[in-house]
Amino acid sequence: MGMTHIEAEGLAIEFPLYHHNARSLKKRLLAGHGRLKAEDSRVVVAALRGLSFRIERGERVALIGPNGAGKSTLLRTLAGIYEPVAGRLILEGEVGSLIDALAGMDPLLTGRENIVLRGLYRGMTEMAASRLATEIVDFAGLGEFIDLPVRGYSSGMGVRLGFALATAMAPDILLMDEWFLAGDADFMARAEERLTRLVTGSEILVIATHDMTIVRKWCTRVIRLEGGAIVADGPVAKILPDGG
Amino acid sequence: MYDAATPKRRARSHEDLLEGFARWRLAWALARGDIMHRYRGSVLGPLWMTVSTAVMLMALGFLYAKLFRLPVVEYLPWLAASLIVWNMLAQITAEACTTLTSVEGILRQMPLPYSVQALRAVLRGALMAAHNLPLILLVFLVFGITPGWGTLAAVPGLALLAVDAFWASLLLGMVCARFRDIPPIVASVMQLAFFVTPVMWKPELVRGWAAWLPLNPFFAVMETIRGPLVGTGASATVWASALLYSLLLWAVAQAFFTRFRGRVAFWV
Repeated sequence: MGMTHIEAEGLAIEFPLYHHNARSLKKRLLAGHGRLKAEDSRVVVAALRGLSFRIERGERVALIGPNGAGKSTLLRTLAGIYEPVAGRLILEGEVGSLIDALAGMDPLLTGRENIVLRGLYRGMTEMAASRLATEIVDFAGLGEFIDLPVRGYSSGMGVRLGFALATAMAPDILLMDEWFLAGDADFMARAEERLTRLVTGSEILVIATHDMTIVRKWCTRVIRLEGGAIVADGPVAKILPDGG
Repeated sequence: MYDAATPKRRARSHEDLLEGFARWRLAWALARGDIMHRYRGSVLGPLWMTVSTAVMLMALGFLYAKLFRLPVVEYLPWLAASLIVWNMLAQITAEACTTLTSVEGILRQMPLPYSVQALRAVLRGALMAAHNLPLILLVFLVFGITPGWGTLAAVPGLALLAVDAFWASLLLGMVCARFRDIPPIVASVMQLAFFVTPVMWKPELVRGWAAWLPLNPFFAVMETIRGPLVGTGASATVWASALLYSLLLWAVAQAFFTRFRGRVAFWV
């Protein structure tokens, strides 16, 4: 194992749009006779087009760009959810992703049981997951609600549990979607310290965001995506020169 | 490291399976959760499965014994074993179709071996079987039949069914994610299979055709379990057929999984 780093070369992701236009078995079968061939032409969205970059240990990278630029897709590709159709991707180091904190939460289970379940998702044993629970319960500060089913939580409580769950890790490479930094002010004050620890503890941070104050505060480098391609890549001061 | 030029599909699918089985605790927790969700707030909970099967057995047992001119004491215990084993098989097949599409939210949000979901389906099936199989014993006792040690010969059949359930869940889960027309096709095939397989009718009723029955994969797999339960045992032909079909299922599922595993996230 070498030093923690991310290297992408000509990375491409394409989304075939299968079910919006019933690209079904019928079309497959009828296509053979020639009449429907034109209709059967694949509708493909090129989500990432030949990205090349290298992120070294210690870098905190902000992915910025308009909606649909490919920020989330790139995060998911780095997380190992999407396999590229072309190009190479090397990730050296343990990856932790904060993409959707509520994914995998079971509304019928109590907060505490959900913590254990999340531990299982991460490949822990029940024992290790239960140990994890004590620390998370402390932070989430849900009081006796922690032993009630999650479906009875207010949305704020859900976010608190989700945040506490998601941030209970210490990866080398941290992938983050911006909502993690967009809680209510009261909670963020408490979350701040924990998030700082997580971010500074990891060797590489990649965060997808629209919020330039977040970029200035947390990041050292900006990659601007547009239409699935990199249009700018460099230090924060260079890509966002105007202090506003 | 991932290189689209050399995707190393075989190694990746192998790794998926290994990691999936390493997370059996997760699969077990999810399977239990599935059952819980299904019977949320219900008093009898999963026992409803047992109750509804029992009611169906009573109704069909008496009617069909009359239709087939068989004594109820002979027909009903046989039907109990038959119907419960079939229900197991049919439910596993039906649920296999949604193995992956039902967890779309998870598949697109976190990296997780896909085989965990197939393992979850198998364990969920096992949980349901644990609620239904004892009913066979109950019916046997009611009709004064004491099951002998020969009943234990059903265990290898159950094990084979579990293995088949795993690969079927993986294969159908993927195919149904890609082609949304497959689940209704599977549903109608299963309905047809119910009638052409000796579930309600005894195999000997087709007389000369009985020798051909092992060609039906559902019959073969089912008979490895039902045969020992009803005391007729499973013949070598039945086992050979069941093993052959299972091998075929595994080969197709493994090949499909290896080739298309990387595409699943785009399909769901």
